[in-house]
Amino acid sequence: MNIVEQATKVTKTAAQGLMKKAVELAPDSWIPGGNPDPLIRQQHGHVGKPVSRLDGPVKVRGAAPFAAEFATEGLVYASVAFSTVAKGRIATLDTATAEAAPGVVLVMTYRNAPRLKPMPAFMSAAKAAGGDSLPILQDERIHWNGQPVAVVLADTQEQADHAKSLIHVVYEAEAATTSFEADKARGTEPALFQGELMKVEIGDAETALAAAPHRVDATYRTPRHNHNAIEPHAATVSWNGDELRVHDASQAVVHTAWSLAQVFGLDEKQVHVTSPYVGGGFGSKTLWQHQVLAAAAAKLAGRPVRIALSREGVYRMVGGRSLTEQRVAIGAGDDGHFTAIVHTGVTAMTRHNAMPEPFIVATRSAYAADTFKLDVEVVHLDMLANTFMRAPGEAVGTFALECAIDELADRLGMDPIELRIRNEPDKDPTQGTPFSSRHIVEAYRTGAERFGWHNRAAPGTRREGEWLVGMGCATGTYPYYRMPGGAARITLTRDGRATVAVAAHEMGMGTATVHTQVAAERLGLELDQVTVVYGDSTLPGVVLAGGSQQTASMGAAVIAAQHALVGELLKLAGNDSPLAGLKPAEVGGLDGGLCKLDEPERRESYASILSRAGRDEVTAEAEAPMPLELQHWSMHSHGAMFCEVRVNAVTGETRVSRFLGSFDCGRILNPKTATSQFRGGIIMGLGLALMEETQFDERKGRVMNPSLAEYHLPVHLDVPAIDVIWTDIPDPHTPMGAHGIGEIGITGTGAAVANAVYNATGKRVRDLPLTLDKLL
Amino acid sequence: MSIMINGAAMSLPEDPRVSLLDLLREHHHLTGTKKGCNQGACGACTVLVDGERIVSCLALAMQYEGRAVTTIEGLADGNELHPLQQAFIEHDGFQCGYCTPGQICSAVGMAAELKRGAPSNVTGDLSADTIAFSRDELAERMSGNLCRCGAHNGIIDAIGATFAARPEVAA
Repeated sequence: MNIVEQATKVTKTAAQGLMKKAVELAPDSWIPGGNPDPLIRQQHGHVGKPVSRLDGPVKVRGAAPFAAEFATEGLVYASVAFSTVAKGRIATLDTATAEAAPGVVLVMTYRNAPRLKPMPAFMSAAKAAGGDSLPILQDERIHWNGQPVAVVLADTQEQADHAKSLIHVVYEAEAATTSFEADKARGTEPALFQGELMKVEIGDAETALAAAPHRVDATYRTPRHNHNAIEPHAATVSWNGDELRVHDASQAVVHTAWSLAQVFGLDEKQVHVTSPYVGGGFGSKTLWQHQVLAAAAAKLAGRPVRIALSREGVYRMVGGRSLTEQRVAIGAGDDGHFTAIVHTGVTAMTRHNAMPEPFIVATRSAYAADTFKLDVEVVHLDMLANTFMRAPGEAVGTFALECAIDELADRLGMDPIELRIRNEPDKDPTQGTPFSSRHIVEAYRTGAERFGWHNRAAPGTRREGEWLVGMGCATGTYPYYRMPGGAARITLTRDGRATVAVAAHEMGMGTATVHTQVAAERLGLELDQVTVVYGDSTLPGVVLAGGSQQTASMGAAVIAAQHALVGELLKLAGNDSPLAGLKPAEVGGLDGGLCKLDEPERRESYASILSRAGRDEVTAEAEAPMPLELQHWSMHSHGAMFCEVRVNAVTGETRVSRFLGSFDCGRILNPKTATSQFRGGIIMGLGLALMEETQFDERKGRVMNPSLAEYHLPVHLDVPAIDVIWTDIPDPHTPMGAHGIGEIGITGTGAAVANAVYNATGKRVRDLPLTLDKLL
Repeated sequence: MSIMINGAAMSLPEDPRVSLLDLLREHHHLTGTKKGCNQGACGACTVLVDGERIVSCLALAMQYEGRAVTTIEGLADGNELHPLQQAFIEHDGFQCGYCTPGQICSAVGMAAELKRGAPSNVTGDLSADTIAFSRDELAERMSGNLCRCGAHNGIIDAIGATFAARPEVAA
């Protein structure tokens, strides 16, 4: 983005500031969530029950179809060739041998690819889903090391892969910017995230820091990460005339359909994207070049195409989390009161995406302080576009912030939990808005007792044989989001069954199960009377499975749709019903029908209403209100994370022996699936802490460990039994009183581990991952 | 030339490059066996060959002529799930479900290895006749099966509940 574009965005942001102020000052009742969702009061229904996953049986049988598993007549298989230089042009390209190889149907390069528009980059428009905005096989230019340069289609995958190996490319390389340090030395630019400058200045933090009687000031580094969903990105794609059909692995079906329509010059209705099962996403399963390549090749060849990226292919063409270098400095008085918080630093992105890793987001709302200086700067590298990965910003930002707090507590000789509680804010410290729900202190108190925090010894003093043992804690936090565009359709039939349709996604979060529980309770039905359909771009709503917002988005949309449905039913019920004269807001679902909320004996069954009206079914569709609540309140989830590690004094090996996450995330809708989500985030956080790193060759701009053998994930033996508890205090201003919980588990976890390692060894490592060489 | 897959004789491919994994998925549409890395690093493609667990991506299909392969589709008895499949649901041993077939097949093979006393890297007494189904033994022996959603606790709990508590369950 150039400086003019940046300035335009900033001006727009200023105009939006007035609107924002008005929303902040509006009475609660004008704001979505101002009147608590009636479901919060109901404590004995389906919500809150540990229901096993409804899609469990098909998954354990291996009968759930994923994107690369849709059989189609005449299918051909794709194989992708990747560039081996970071910048330059293709000088010679010899595809003749490949074209003549057995089974080959097409070799597509920039010479014969159809003319395509670039993908709209994620966050450049409401429904933009593209990982980058670069030309796709449109010219001989190379923009990153690993860029697709050719696609082979053949009758079998073996034939396609072999033919790809016969393509001969000679590059004319140009000087590329691939070194973070070198580019940083040339100067950085301010980061814009979601149209907002990643900069906060309140008071004079540097002066306050210099004057503080106690301070810490250190630099923390986090490397690149890859999502590594076990299902590699894949799509099965076909054309029917001008209609494009995509069986995708997607956490953004509507965004993907719209974005593909822009690329191919179609109406978004001409693109149909479905994704009933997704083998893990974590931010990566959006639109990348492979779906475009498959669709273009399918068009050119006139055949349906299966593109299933190799694991290396995922590393070459699907971006991950970028690296960060963060300074955190905190000044404190003798009583531990924060006089200054400085959190600044640099991350790398590209010129073709809009995603600076926003590592200060958590710091904006975490602690009270007299002064703040927060700033994210970026450098632009010639590399594969980085992207969102589980808790973008918070996962790595809380590592730096929460380690710094631990260091300060150590310096003050104060318990780190007490230091945090002492700086607990009574309103959002940088926005000034009230918190909608914040019970982190309670989560700490309960967690500390359960974990046995009082047993923590002085750093480096507890040893069992070869093993040094230590405990650490940290705060995890993630915002409550609800994005615009939520919508839902409810169809109720005379036999008392309901189908709830939302273009949402099930990647393992438990969406289908939990929203069946929620809808059943709202409608007054049993679980087996409700079907939730999702994963289809033709369904209502623009619902990203990202930002931990899907539950909120679906929750608000279903509230709106149910309201509309009740309105329809009351009309149908007419004057002969016990419900006659009631308004939709006075009515709720109960025992297979509607009743007056505060007078449940005034009730009529759905079957009775529909029979009398001579109707087989009734359908209502509605959109959720704009998410103004996000500006009216400061809305966040929290977790108190406790870790015990054992560090081998001889080898430096770190083993996590115990972990507890004590969460404050509103009302928990399903304890079984919620526990898995919390643990899943924590386990990815253990990986971030101890082993994960996408190794990037700064000379060549190439990822050097594009494999699950060389990028280390936590395996079974690395994962202890993880204890998870929660406050279960509903947020009065959210649908169901709930918060999304997909991302919070990874936040704070890295710092909890690093703080425990410090407590065990007396060594402070500020450079992730905490591998054994750093402890020797 | 044929191969027994879940009790049925099936054809082998003519192309010698076809892996057992691709034979299952692309030739016989048994897509329950998953491809996660195609290089033996993730375990998603684990199947049982004559009761032993192998990663089918590193096996050339032709080499398995006459052998008996059991995939995830062959574990249940009709509509009756294998006890381990049921335990995975009960203990929430998965989220996205993609690594799940490999985890389940691997665990079935692993339980047989453990029962016949094959030691692992965490076995304390190598001369012992029986090895306990301890949490560490299970976790060590399942470490070749990656899970990214983080269902590790549920997976180990499900395996422990199935095999440790009920040693009669056939592996």
